Amino acid sequence: MCEKHSAAEKCFSYTDSGLPRVQLICVVNDEPVIARIDPTMTLLTFLRKELSLFGTKEGCGEGECGACTIIMNGDAINSCIVLALEAQGAVITTVEGLSREGKLSILQQEFINHDALQCGFCTPGMLMSARALLNRNPNPDEEAIKEAIAGNFCRCTGYTPIISAISSAAKLEREERQQ
Amino acid sequence: MNKEQYRHVSKSRLRIEAHEKVSGRATYAFDMEMPGMLYAKCLHSPHAHAEIVAIDTSAAKALPGVKAVLTGEDIPYLVGLYMVDKRILARGKVRYQGEAVVAVAAVDEETAERALTLIRVEYKLLPSVSTIDEALAGKILVHEDINELEYIQGVFFPQPDSNIASWNKTSKGNMNQGFAEAELIVENVLTLPAVAHVPLETHVAIAQADPCSKQVKIWAATQSPFGVRKLLAKALGISTGDIQVIAPYVGGGFGGKAGIHLEPLATVLSRVCKGRPVKITATREEEFNQLPCRAGMRGRVKTGVKKDGKITAVEIYYDWDSGAYADYGVNVGKAATYSGAGPYEVPNLELHSRTLYTNKVFSTAYRGFGHLETHWIIERQMDLVAEKLGMDPYDFRMKNILRNGSLTISGERIHENSGRPDQCLDAVAKEIGWAGYQSAEERQTAFKTGKVRGKGLACLQKAPAMPPHTSTTAIMQMDDDGNVRLMIGVVDMGQGANTIMAQIAAEVLDMPIEKVKVVWETDTDRHPYDWSTVASKYTFMGGNAVKRCAQNMVQQMKETAAQVLRCATEDLAHNNEYIYHVQHTHRRIAYKALALGYAYENGNGIGGPLVARGTYMADGLTFLDPVTGQGLPALDWTFGAHGAEIEVDVETGDVTVLKIASAFDVGQVINKRLIEGQIMGGVLQGIGSALVEGYKFGADGRLLNPSFTDNKIPTAKDIPRDLVPILIENPQLDGPFGARGIGEHPMISVPSVIGNALYDALGINFFDLPLSPEKVALAIVREKAQA
Repeated sequence: MCEKHSAAEKCFSYTDSGLPRVQLICVVNDEPVIARIDPTMTLLTFLRKELSLFGTKEGCGEGECGACTIIMNGDAINSCIVLALEAQGAVITTVEGLSREGKLSILQQEFINHDALQCGFCTPGMLMSARALLNRNPNPDEEAIKEAIAGNFCRCTGYTPIISAISSAAKLEREERQQ
Repeated sequence: MNKEQYRHVSKSRLRIEAHEKVSGRATYAFDMEMPGMLYAKCLHSPHAHAEIVAIDTSAAKALPGVKAVLTGEDIPYLVGLYMVDKRILARGKVRYQGEAVVAVAAVDEETAERALTLIRVEYKLLPSVSTIDEALAGKILVHEDINELEYIQGVFFPQPDSNIASWNKTSKGNMNQGFAEAELIVENVLTLPAVAHVPLETHVAIAQADPCSKQVKIWAATQSPFGVRKLLAKALGISTGDIQVIAPYVGGGFGGKAGIHLEPLATVLSRVCKGRPVKITATREEEFNQLPCRAGMRGRVKTGVKKDGKITAVEIYYDWDSGAYADYGVNVGKAATYSGAGPYEVPNLELHSRTLYTNKVFSTAYRGFGHLETHWIIERQMDLVAEKLGMDPYDFRMKNILRNGSLTISGERIHENSGRPDQCLDAVAKEIGWAGYQSAEERQTAFKTGKVRGKGLACLQKAPAMPPHTSTTAIMQMDDDGNVRLMIGVVDMGQGANTIMAQIAAEVLDMPIEKVKVVWETDTDRHPYDWSTVASKYTFMGGNAVKRCAQNMVQQMKETAAQVLRCATEDLAHNNEYIYHVQHTHRRIAYKALALGYAYENGNGIGGPLVARGTYMADGLTFLDPVTGQGLPALDWTFGAHGAEIEVDVETGDVTVLKIASAFDVGQVINKRLIEGQIMGGVLQGIGSALVEGYKFGADGRLLNPSFTDNKIPTAKDIPRDLVPILIENPQLDGPFGARGIGEHPMISVPSVIGNALYDALGINFFDLPLSPEKVALAIVREKAQA
């Protein structure tokens, strides 16, 4: 914890504690990762600074906006308020892990087709919340989609195109599985 | 060419940069790291107004890893867009809680954070200016040196020995006579608080400034790379040629990134650190509390009408609670003087717009540039007057709405090609099934069910707020495979400018849009000039420049082809990537054969590589008369209207937007999907301003809600159940293919339409935003107690 945390002032950016390094083993986007890290490091900092996965964004550092959403062991989580060490042994997917074999995933393609993004800064987190939803519920109704992305702020799109994109991706993914 | 023949215009082409954004590869300033980069952090003022007595930075400077600690005393420069009133770091005194006082650059963020804790600042508290009335009273001055500040004379009007950063006025006809002719006069006061832009990417600036020369290189989350370059050059006393500003992907702007913000501080820090790049990334708290917001405002409006509903006179005072520095605030105030009475013909008017200094976080441009605010006053007032007249607010609006031949309040003649606000109002009224307000009996019946519904209407207008001589330009080059690279100075922060420009270029060149590569990462050293990505003006201005640029390229191809085909250029036409003879169509040359110049079989060459250019400069616009506010400021008016149906929970005060229909006269649709994207996003942002958003200040001037915990924006659960965009197309004859701007407009008048629908639902008039559940619930309780 930084000195500012002990003072009255708030501070939400990660600072190195100087504590002895701890080994972290996990799987990120299908690749095994072994690292020695500061035990107070957040998972978001680990992904961005240690693994150089800059696709995952930070919008507030307080777990409110969802820009840092990733999937850990199947759940969409705010990586800015999770310690990297909590990912010990975990399977993690970030936006960089969505496309396969040189091809965008159906979900990504539907975000393009429905213009479900404008500035694009919330998009990685939004995609991961949507991915986690479709993994656990391949046929979500509109309310379930809204619920799944309610923790992801978007200031540009008004959400409607995002909801359409997720709904359409769900349908296309179901069709693909049936084939 | 008629519409059916367009190849790209009016088609919903996919956003051209979307692929990078969904793959996580899009790089924002927030993501950028440079070799040797240092990280900077700021210490902020805990007080709204205080004298800086002493600053002890010795312990911070001694911390290993700290490369620079700067205070206001170290930085002699003043910065400002219109009023040059702001220090890069506070000097002598602080003017708002959150103002940056000391900056530290260090090898990592951790060291910079730690250094901040070692700095001791001694303040002597001063009484602060925290309300509009205190600002107007002028007993305490936010800028005691207001008389000496440099400003743009003749455009802004700071008042001596006061807190009035600018007092702009409009005078049309004879107001007193107009009120004398009136049969009913209605006067109201309405307010709205300051609101945050909330781009998902906070402000970021990286600067690399060589201390041994004047060279400065900046990467920033900015809407205005050319503006930053110009203002930084002025502040530092160097040439614009010394400065290079690069705007990579920008994670939302909404006006908040239109001025100059963290760039000067990063620059001076880099210079002190021997030219190592210095990065400053605003935290979300700093985004709320150090960086500027949208001003709060109080509007007092007095309207005189005849019994038949014809407006005879209007008097308006707009007082902007604009915070500690003028920034764009004075220009927002100025925009109100020519647009602040709404899309209505007002024969006699006096309008005063006063941008006030207060000891609060300062204000800047925000999507709508004052129009959401002024339309909250005007469009509620239209309903309040209609109610007093006993007239349907639809009829009252239609009676006064701008039509062919009307004069705006600054004296501009509206004509048949200016757009049709009446058609917008008509369209939304039909869409929501408007049939006038419900009766008191109907309301009472509904009240018993616990949920009451109401409908409302509101109109809007906006023209770009920009200097009358604003210009832009485009450059296009063709590669050997026939692709064109289009260079433009706009920043596409999600509004879709790059896609729109690609469509326009591909339309004129008659080629696949995939072959038009818009070169982004706007770079002032490489891209051609554009004033700033603001004001919803780029489709119009950039579109015209790109259209002319593409026409210029076609002309160049024809000139070379005429030599090869041995004919006059006038006998050549172009189609599907070929230049061909209009009669003997088999005599033709592919574009790509001309791209680098035409090569004959024997090796001779003619023509040379194709480089085309196109420019657009606003024409016929004038400065406003400094006394009367009369003049021609409007490049193009985009008119619009909203119709809404809401439901109110009478116990909780919760307002649910069931349906909102939003119509805009866009002149010509270039890309329907992108326009609808602006409407869906803008309307929800407007709903945020209407129902939830707003700064709350303590009595000591401290911002109480500088975080998403207490200052939320709408989420996916807050969207209207039904949102119907309606696009009306009465072409703007000098717009590209007839198009007008649309970026900002959708959020204007959204609070007004919800406020008007609330009256229909409850029979209660609301005057102050936001229309939060507690405000609505308490009003219902008060109403019950009185009844």
